[in-house]
Formats: sequence, structure tokens, C-alpha cells
Amino acid sequence: MALTLQFIPYSEIAEMGSARRVKKLIDAVKQNKIVLLEGRLRKEEEKDLIQITMEEIDNKFKGIELAVINPEIPGEGFFTKLKLGLVNVLMKDRTGLTIIGPATIVKEIKQNPNKIELLMNNTTTKSKRTSRRKKR
Amino acid sequence: MKFLKKFFNNFKKIFRKKKQLKLGLYGPPNGGKTTLANKICQDWLGEDMGSASAIAHETRSVTEKEKIIIKKDGKELDFNLVDTPGIATKIDYEDFIKKGMKKEEAKKRAKEATKGVIESIRWLDEMDCVIVVLDATEDPYSQVNITIIGNLQARDIPVLLVANKVDLKKANMKKIKSAFPQYDIVGISAKYGKQMDTFYDALFKLVR
Repeated sequence: MALTLQFIPYSEIAEMGSARRVKKLIDAVKQNKIVLLEGRLRKEEEKDLIQITMEEIDNKFKGIELAVINPEIPGEGFFTKLKLGLVNVLMKDRTGLTIIGPATIVKEIKQNPNKIELLMNNTTTKSKRTSRRKKR
Repeated sequence: MKFLKKFFNNFKKIFRKKKQLKLGLYGPPNGGKTTLANKICQDWLGEDMGSASAIAHETRSVTEKEKIIIKKDGKELDFNLVDTPGIATKIDYEDFIKKGMKKEEAKKRAKEATKGVIESIRWLDEMDCVIVVLDATEDPYSQVNITIIGNLQARDIPVLLVANKVDLKKANMKKIKSAFPQYDIVGISAKYGKQMDTFYDALFKLVR
């Protein structure tokens, strides 16, 4: 089975309201695509995404796997945190990367601050992707 | 706008507090929310709150136990305890079949579980304080955990993080602490009543 990754730049959802953003993401995932969204949803939108996913679950659509990678480095020095804080203020929700995949394809997304692993269903392939922190 | 929202939330809470404080148990499925709810109810009311099971999504609707009074070191805490269904991003009825259920029963459970997640999320705004129950043996870097905690933070709802099942060998408190460094985390075993004193102390601190 071919795997489709759909990249959505933040500019594509920047002007949309919360409901339309969430719908756009769910529609793509329901087409069995793994969505890579530049930036992240607001906390309220993440909650809505889970809620709407639950409403959409049926015999074919089993839900989603979701992960957000943030450029946050807990425990780093004061100036690094200050710089990242400033970047977050200026870039708002554009920082980071959101990965959403259909649960029928993506079994699990394992996440820790340095690494993200997509464990796929019905295959022994383990796709690993390392997101390196930018050292500033 | 944010200030106004915060102001109205606090205003609402003042009036709600006059009725009864609502303490919610939130977290992913099978973290031990109902086991903890039962332990609290057994300790202070002498009865259970709900049934717990090794199969996920045993709790599929929000349940509320009214008027629990905890007394400790001369202090008293009076609240309604709200046990919620586990929040998940996926529910597959075939997972229940693998656990030995018949197809129709599994489909029914899956349907009820999806409704339970929606209900849990809708109840978030009703809570005055929340205990997020994490499974100490599982990977804490789950987006569900982060989303729940982030939404509680955004609503200014005080949160206590509890790492349950510390009696198990696989439990990794260090990993949970490193995932949520901004929180004090209480490690407990709700099933065996371990560290419950520390938990009740943290509860008094949270509600204060």
C-alpha cells in the first residue's frame, strides 16, 4: 500500500477559523494521508480535533494518531529559553510540527524531546525520523 | 479578551464554590482513574464509586460522587469527585474483540467509548480542580496527556499530576518527571493504597 504524506504549510490554515482548520485536517486524514502541518494548533483546537475525531469514528475510520513537536528545551539555560520564548512570541503557532495520521495506518507515534518514531500498522517497517534541536 | 475570559471564569468559580467544589479525574484510558476514585471513596465513604477493569474504556460515562469529606491534620476538604472516561484519539472495536468480547458487544463498547471521550471533554469547563492520572508504566510523551494538561492550563484550572501503578516493575517515575518538569508529580499505587498520604497532602495543597 502506498503511503501519502501531505504537507500543509501554516499559511494554508492561518486565515481559517478553528472549525475549518480542524475539518481540513480530519478530511485529509480520512483520505488515509499522514498530515505534516507546519506549526501547531491552539490547545483548544487540539481538544476539538480529538472531539470531532470521536464523532467521526465508524467501522472504517478508527481515529487518529497525533504528535506535536515543539522547539521547547526544558532545563536549558536562561538565554536559550529567552530566545525561544521570543521566537514563540513572534512566530506564535508557526513553530513546531504537527503530525496526524489515521489510526488504521499509524499504530503509534512515539515521542521524546529528540526523536519521533512512527510505528506503522500491518507492516514490520519502522520509520524513524530524527528532529534535531536547533542549537542557538 | 484573555483577561476578560479569566475574570469571568474566576467569577463563575466563586459562585460554584458556594455550591460544591468539583474535583475531576482525567487521563488516558486504563491509567487507573476509577481505581483511584474507588480508593478515595473507600477511604472516606467506605464504598466504591465504579467498576474498574483491565480492558480499556470500562468507564464510558461521567460519574459524580457527591460530598466527599477528607480530614487530615485538623484540616478538612469537602468536594464532589468526578470520574471521567479516558481520553483517547482512537477507538477500534477490534481491540475489544482481541480481549475476548463478541463482535456486537465490542462494537457497542466502542460506540459508547467514543461518546464517553466527548463527554469527558465537555465536562472540562465544569471542573474546579483536576487530577490527571497517568500510568507510570506507559510512555508519558503522549499528545493526549499534553493536550489535556494544556487545556487545563489554558482554563486556569489547578492540576495535580499523579503517576499511578508505581508498584509495577516497569514504572518509570524519572521519565514522567522529565516529561512534565513544571509539575510536582505524586507517585502512587491506587490498587494497593501506596503513597496515599502523600497524595492527600498534595490534594490539600492543590485545593488551597
